[in-house]
Amino acid sequence: MEYEMICGIETHIELATKTKIFCGCTTAFGGAPNTHCCPVCTGQPGALPVLNKSVAEFAVRAGRAVNCRINNNSHMDRKNYCYPDLPKAYQISQFDEPVCENGYIELESGKKIGITRIHIEEDAGKLVHENGQTYIDYNRGGVPLIEIVSEPDIRTAEEAREYAEKLQLIMRYVGVSDCKMQEGSMRCDVNISIHKPGTEFGTRTELKNINSLSNIVKAIEAEVERQTDCLESGEVIVQATMRYDADSDSVSVMRVKENSDDYRYFPEPDIVRFFIPPEEVMRIEEEIPELPSEKKKRYLNELMLSAEVVNQLYKYKRVTDYFEEVLSKGAGAKNASNLLIRGIYTRMNTEEEKEIFDISLPAEEMSKLTRLVDDKKISFNMAVGVLSDMLSTGKPVEAFISEKDTEGVSDDELVKLCEEAIAANPKAVSDIKNGKEKAINVMFGYIMKATKGKGDTKKASKIIMSIINK
Amino acid sequence: MTELLTKLSVLLHSGEISSLELTEKYIAETEKKNPVYNAYVHTCFEKARADAKRADEMLRKGLGGSLCGIPMAIKDNICTDGIETTCCSKILEGYKPYYNATVVEKLYNEGAVMLGKTNMDEFAMGSTSESSCYGAPLNPRNTSYVTGGSSGGSAAAVGAGIAPYALGSDTGGSIRQPASFCGIVGLKPTYGAVSRYGLIAYGSSLDQIGPLTASVKDAAIVYDAIKGHDKRDMTSRQVSDEPVEKSIDGNVKGLKIGIAKEYFEGIDSEIKSLIYNAVDYYSANGAEIIDVSIPALKDSLPVYYIIACAEASSNLGRYDGIRYGFRAKGYTSVDDMVYKTRSEGFGREVKKRIMLGTYVLSSGYYDAYYKKACIIRNEIKKSFAEVFEKCDVILAPTAPNTAFPSGLAKQSPLEMYLSDIATVPVNIAGLPAVSIPVGTDKKGLPAGMQIIGNAFDEKTVLNAAYAFERGNNFSEFDIPEIV
Repeated sequence: MEYEMICGIETHIELATKTKIFCGCTTAFGGAPNTHCCPVCTGQPGALPVLNKSVAEFAVRAGRAVNCRINNNSHMDRKNYCYPDLPKAYQISQFDEPVCENGYIELESGKKIGITRIHIEEDAGKLVHENGQTYIDYNRGGVPLIEIVSEPDIRTAEEAREYAEKLQLIMRYVGVSDCKMQEGSMRCDVNISIHKPGTEFGTRTELKNINSLSNIVKAIEAEVERQTDCLESGEVIVQATMRYDADSDSVSVMRVKENSDDYRYFPEPDIVRFFIPPEEVMRIEEEIPELPSEKKKRYLNELMLSAEVVNQLYKYKRVTDYFEEVLSKGAGAKNASNLLIRGIYTRMNTEEEKEIFDISLPAEEMSKLTRLVDDKKISFNMAVGVLSDMLSTGKPVEAFISEKDTEGVSDDELVKLCEEAIAANPKAVSDIKNGKEKAINVMFGYIMKATKGKGDTKKASKIIMSIINK
Repeated sequence: MTELLTKLSVLLHSGEISSLELTEKYIAETEKKNPVYNAYVHTCFEKARADAKRADEMLRKGLGGSLCGIPMAIKDNICTDGIETTCCSKILEGYKPYYNATVVEKLYNEGAVMLGKTNMDEFAMGSTSESSCYGAPLNPRNTSYVTGGSSGGSAAAVGAGIAPYALGSDTGGSIRQPASFCGIVGLKPTYGAVSRYGLIAYGSSLDQIGPLTASVKDAAIVYDAIKGHDKRDMTSRQVSDEPVEKSIDGNVKGLKIGIAKEYFEGIDSEIKSLIYNAVDYYSANGAEIIDVSIPALKDSLPVYYIIACAEASSNLGRYDGIRYGFRAKGYTSVDDMVYKTRSEGFGREVKKRIMLGTYVLSSGYYDAYYKKACIIRNEIKKSFAEVFEKCDVILAPTAPNTAFPSGLAKQSPLEMYLSDIATVPVNIAGLPAVSIPVGTDKKGLPAGMQIIGNAFDEKTVLNAAYAFERGNNFSEFDIPEIV
């Protein structure tokens, strides 16, 4: 490619605190308009903000999870601008003393994307356009946010997507947010410029309104194409905020920035400076669980699971918590993971369901069932069926499996079945003799059917081959 | 001076008069006199009667404290649930808060009876109360003169005897200066001693609510009722529970009084000699007089105007006509609505300070003005801290002059700004200070003396004030008594 892209991402994440950042109102999503409000979050004259202590804690957790340094001394600032969704005409944010600085996220390639800073701030309300009128809903006003600012280290659209996905997974893992891009609890603003390597950086634009990870790629591609066309046809790139429209897969100008905005930042006089003691940072750090990339590595290298299986599990924190509990009760990783995917995932149609992973089956029961497969007492397929019954009825393993089911197949019986299988499948026998070893599967099918899947195929294989080769 | 609140409290607790009877008397007096003094801008007499009945019930049950059943007035920038609170600005026309400021809640819990909201400079910006959108209040000592400001209505109401006490707010002298102009007592507590929750902000790091009263003991009683930490105001602090009112006896033997020459530069000579007389009085009563110096004082005015205006420019951004208050007519878009609303809704002085504040915070000017002002602010704080290692209180004039004739502010705006010289330093340093009457000038107008103390040492400040008040009876400042 002739042009090189320079890209950095600013990510706003709504924190999962129960109450807002400066008042006791709920942060619950939705609700009738203007019902999650009070004098403080609607900026009534005379009302004062009181900093919710857990917001700083969440920010520290987020920061330590992406390798940031924590500023033990911090304070809030006012960012002044006038817009109807901002009831005080200033946003309480942080300017020169953010809670976290200097972190990074490592991509699969080993490349590190720097994180300049993470600061805490309040969300604004929402404008609702209806019937030619504009209404304001302040329910979201005052919901705590962290803004995570990356260094302009990103060079490709795929790197941008990977950075955002990793960030999303990490933030979910450490429990600071549900990071739903569709609902806006995670919002990525992508800054892009292009230039020819060895020349000065180009003018950058900011892409907004990107509501999924895959749209990050599409939006960047569309904007890079637009900038490239611009430069190729001899035009200049104007500093602007661009909107990505997913339906038409195109970008359009939202607002041209004629001069850089002057937010007249100054220290928020209503909120006293705050101190986060180093012991507190250490305590929070100890609570940070194994992070997604470490978990992925461990599943691959220690549990020896296939990449395909690992990729289906590690993205969902609750799934991995459940899975690991099943393992802790004695189940084997391979069968447990496969059972989970074949028996439980099939009932979950959306990403969100896996994210929430709301199942009533105790890990203990899941482990018992898995161990029956591990010990070859029942077949994997039978276990999948039993699992389905257990999930539907909420009854324990014993309700669906009799002693007879778990009786093994005796060696004599197995030999007898093998002989029957050979007799019933002359074509398969001749195929095997001609070197098509896979034809043995037909006979396995026969044996499994007869034993309700309990036949040991390794043993059966030996028996069959020895009979055929006699 | 009459210890009015103590007197009324005794009458109420003994059952000699009911709160409702007392309230009716004050209502009648207010209806008669307020048209002259323009002290109240909103009255709520029906609510006052209901408050009074509630207070009588409390008194009957023996639940009432020292303020139970006593009427009072609240400055129009302190939020009162369901009662118009406008900061005397057109832009908050008709605004009724749906919550009470913490101080109001505390007074209600004591059984207070609110008569109404008092006149003030628009958004507390001014030294004469003439920038009120309701017209200026008049000085009860002489109606040709201003009340001072910005808590002019509160001072006029107390001075005219139509409120036993009133709350005001003080950002750069707005309690003390009108108290001095009207010949009453005004206490600006330590920053953080009284909750600001519900006080409509002007300069958030300087604003403080305090009482305007007929006497020092009265000020102590009201201060005791409103002080203390509030979980809704992060800048408020825990203060001693010990009632200041009970602990002051007027004994100043051994009290170290600092006199800083910088406080006397540019002060009217009549006022100077009144203060020097007071110094002699203290000396004669066993206080030790110490010469101190606060060179940083000269920087107080620019520091004050930079910080107060910077904060105001941000605090007043929310008045845009969208959610409450005044909205201009005939707009073509949201931006146009905000533009017209603010153009028509704010008065001249407010616009001037918003512009000044916006300017000092702008990129490229921030370091030269706002940041520098914050650095000097710390120096001023340090200077005071050093002085308070040597003395217990500082004596100073409250204002360089007695009340201005009405209308002067318009002609000499700069002179008005300069007249805050003696009051702004304590706001910058966050210290407590009280203004008490110290005598009259040749025109017969009251002059005020300021007693400044160390942070959270209201007790020493009020005790020193009480000592002077007890020994110097200015009968000319007596407030008309109605019971």
